Amino acid sequence: MSRRPYVRRISTTTWYLKKKRDLVHMIQELTSLFVGIYGILLLWGVKALSEGPEAYGAFLEALTGPLSLAFHWVAFPLVLYHAISWFNVTHKAMPIQRGEEFLPGKYIVGAHYVVWIGFSLVVLFVAGVF
Amino acid sequence: MAKSNKPLVWGLFAAGGTLTAFVTPVLVYVTLMAAYGDPPAALDYENIQAFAANWLGKLALFVVISLSLWFAAHRLRTALHGLGLRADTAIAVAGYGISAVGTVLAAYYLVQI
Repeated sequence: MSRRPYVRRISTTTWYLKKKRDLVHMIQELTSLFVGIYGILLLWGVKALSEGPEAYGAFLEALTGPLSLAFHWVAFPLVLYHAISWFNVTHKAMPIQRGEEFLPGKYIVGAHYVVWIGFSLVVLFVAGVF
Repeated sequence: MAKSNKPLVWGLFAAGGTLTAFVTPVLVYVTLMAAYGDPPAALDYENIQAFAANWLGKLALFVVISLSLWFAAHRLRTALHGLGLRADTAIAVAGYGISAVGTVLAAYYLVQI
């Protein structure tokens, strides 16, 4: 061992600020907070629904509060970002091999986008948005 | 051989990440409309009640709620490690604990509908 070992000093709390790629990944990971909070919001809605029309009405009323409105406006772009960044790496997570070649990533990612957009439009239509 | 929970939590994470990528944006949009006091017809009590009374509807709500929680718990665990928090066991217990309780509560409430 050398007398002066080379020690790279890497901050354990701010390392991701140095490279754009790391920062983008950190933001992607933090979007999951909003997915989780939204899961709890859905759970709250299901609880209200199980208690009957009055409780459910109070839930819908609570959704119109300023905290809920602020949450939705922050969460909406972040969950969109979660979806887009998730789909964009699907060809890395599950490559499809055809003979010697791998199916180009754009087809796998593209298929996810097509299904995502189609599904979202169906939900909006069934929900009576349009 | 030491037993590991990694395949289980990673499986729930991957399934949750994929499912929430497909469904969460459109659901947030729908409740965003409700936040403006203009919920679409599907959120009327009779309609959402009929949806959740059906076992397929129950299953859909259950899976979305549960996987949202497991996905977030696992990803926040790795994100918090990345942010320099080294209390991994406490974070894991809290996150997975909330997910487990949320999963049980979701099933409990849905069965009552």
